[in-house]
Amino acid sequence: MSLAVELGDHERKDSPIPVTIIKPAKGWAAVDIIELWKHRELLQTFVLRDIKVRYKQTVLGVAWAVIQPFFMMVVFTLFFGRLANVPSEGIPYPLFSYAALLPWTLFAEGITRSTNSMVINANIMTKVYFPRLILPISSIISPLLDFFIAFVILLGMMFYYGYFPTINIILLPAFILLALATSLGVGLWLSALNVQYRDFQYTVPFLIQLWLFASPVVYPSTLVPEPYSTIYGLNPMAGVIEGFRWCLLGTEPPNYLIIVSAIVVVAILISGSFYFRRMEKTFADVV
Amino acid sequence: MSGNIAIKVHNLGKRYSIGEQEKNRTLREAITGAISSPSKWISRKSKDNYFWALKNVSFNVEIGEVVGIIGRNGAGKSTLLKILSRITTPTEGSIELHGRIGSLLEVGTGFHQELTGRENIYLSGAILGMKKLEIDEKFDDIVKFSEIEQFLDTPVKRYSSGMYVRLAFAVAAHLDPEILMIDEVLAVGDVAFQKKCLRKMRDVTSEGRTILFVSHNMNAIENLCDSCIILDKGNLRDYDKDVRKMVNNYIFGNQNDINPSSWMNDGKGFENPWFKPLRFYIGDEFGNRLVMPVSNDSDMWIFIEGEIDEVDISLCLGYALYNENGLLLYWSYHTDVVETDWVKLERGINRLSSKIPKRFLNEGTYRVELIASLHCRQWICEPSVSAPNIFLTIQGGISESPYATQKPGILAPIMDWRLNN
Repeated sequence: MSLAVELGDHERKDSPIPVTIIKPAKGWAAVDIIELWKHRELLQTFVLRDIKVRYKQTVLGVAWAVIQPFFMMVVFTLFFGRLANVPSEGIPYPLFSYAALLPWTLFAEGITRSTNSMVINANIMTKVYFPRLILPISSIISPLLDFFIAFVILLGMMFYYGYFPTINIILLPAFILLALATSLGVGLWLSALNVQYRDFQYTVPFLIQLWLFASPVVYPSTLVPEPYSTIYGLNPMAGVIEGFRWCLLGTEPPNYLIIVSAIVVVAILISGSFYFRRMEKTFADVV
Repeated sequence: MSGNIAIKVHNLGKRYSIGEQEKNRTLREAITGAISSPSKWISRKSKDNYFWALKNVSFNVEIGEVVGIIGRNGAGKSTLLKILSRITTPTEGSIELHGRIGSLLEVGTGFHQELTGRENIYLSGAILGMKKLEIDEKFDDIVKFSEIEQFLDTPVKRYSSGMYVRLAFAVAAHLDPEILMIDEVLAVGDVAFQKKCLRKMRDVTSEGRTILFVSHNMNAIENLCDSCIILDKGNLRDYDKDVRKMVNNYIFGNQNDINPSSWMNDGKGFENPWFKPLRFYIGDEFGNRLVMPVSNDSDMWIFIEGEIDEVDISLCLGYALYNENGLLLYWSYHTDVVETDWVKLERGINRLSSKIPKRFLNEGTYRVELIASLHCRQWICEPSVSAPNIFLTIQGGISESPYATQKPGILAPIMDWRLNN
């Protein structure tokens, strides 16, 4: 006789009673995709919460999404474009740098927020169970709203400078996805490490600054001389940024760069998720 | 038959290393630790820095059973709930849970200060495991239950603490997983609202939900639970369906017998229809027996519990308090106040408590006598003749003043002083 029959009196919609087995956790475990999928509503809730909370009690509100990359662009144009005369492959420097700052900001915000996600939500983590992966994942998704708002400004700038997106724009989502994947991969590592060692939250701003100059945001990747450009591809953001420019501004396609970048991202993502899953079991005890 | 089992816990153990509990370990400490004592780093299994928060705990819970978990601080109650709700993993043993699990380990899990009441209902509901559709369905009930309709679109940071708690409870009370773990959350909120929650919880259980309920509140345990687990230093000391017996066990177990601070009817004495005393002890607000000596900076409560078969309006219950020299300090009856304010005694088991305010008595040992009588007609427990005795010992906590660490006199109340010039 099945359990569902025995409990016939109760009007449970989902009649088969789920059985949960709890055992000591040992060693490495893969990501449980099914469980993540079951918690997709929670993911959505966390994303909405982050978005709602972000601009509460600010005067300028959502304008902040634009202000940050826009002023970075102004500063870069002034110092790198005008004073240092950094080449920009024939594209007006403001457009050149802003098109790179968009994926860059998305990436940097994602890392910053996901690194802190576990510690910030410690009170929830110690009180209720859900797949912990939801936290870093939601923290890289929520900056997408800012990204799209800033993107509208980019379209305006392109119009102003007389640039129209090429057909390659259909590949833009792939590059956005790659930026998110990079951000998640790094975020998984850093968030898990940050639970144990709070040093990492101080490292992140510094790391991001270094990474910014290691990525072709203020300069084109063609500036990197030949033997090093292979190694340059190891920075996944190089592929992402050059991909963005290619889709929107019609610069040289990042053929070779993007392959190296994609491989690196997959490696970071897989290793990060395994590390995260391994540490996950102790989060509630340690955080 | 295993089909009736909701929770099966087998040989459960949870070990913490002392180091793991130190918060915010920095990378520097970890690195210097690894360098300065590499052997320790490699053989991290050394047993000396471990303690077992739970050890060899096994029990089964049937579907629809409400299990109270009691034990002193550090007995492992919260650890057990945390493992059962999958927040942390066990070190050994296994658990089988049949049904969806919900846990309620604090009030307002996931509440965000900046968000409105409405937004927080959805947020907290989702975090506690409700589907959006489910929350949509129950939204009106939740709002009604919380009694905060007009503040629904105000950020919760502007709520009074009472409103906050009510809203949080309202969300929690509408959770309906098959298995629910509740940790001590009923200790907050005003009394009327607590009762409402208890009622709601009961409704939940009558629908066949299994509940594990940790509490220090003996009243709540006795009123709500079908069975009871006593944890003691990480071990399961007892698990039985006779909740009363278990609570007795817990309240009256292992105390010194020279000056007992509690008395329990062994079942033979004081047979009468009006009031048969069952328990008489000194406890805290929630009915936990106080361990003697008590510090004078906390209130003490005299608990009198007895069974009434026949309600008699002239029944007077109270106690007499004597000091070490046998001097009677006072008598107190529940009928000392105006008649309309008397507590209403009913048929069945009645549980009265009366507060002895902090910093009223002086340090020392006091004898407390239970008094029960039918006014001007008959003694049930006659002082100095048949009345049960318990002893109250007060030590320390006399005052916050640096000058008044000790006081002469029978009483040591703190009085008000002011300057009138």
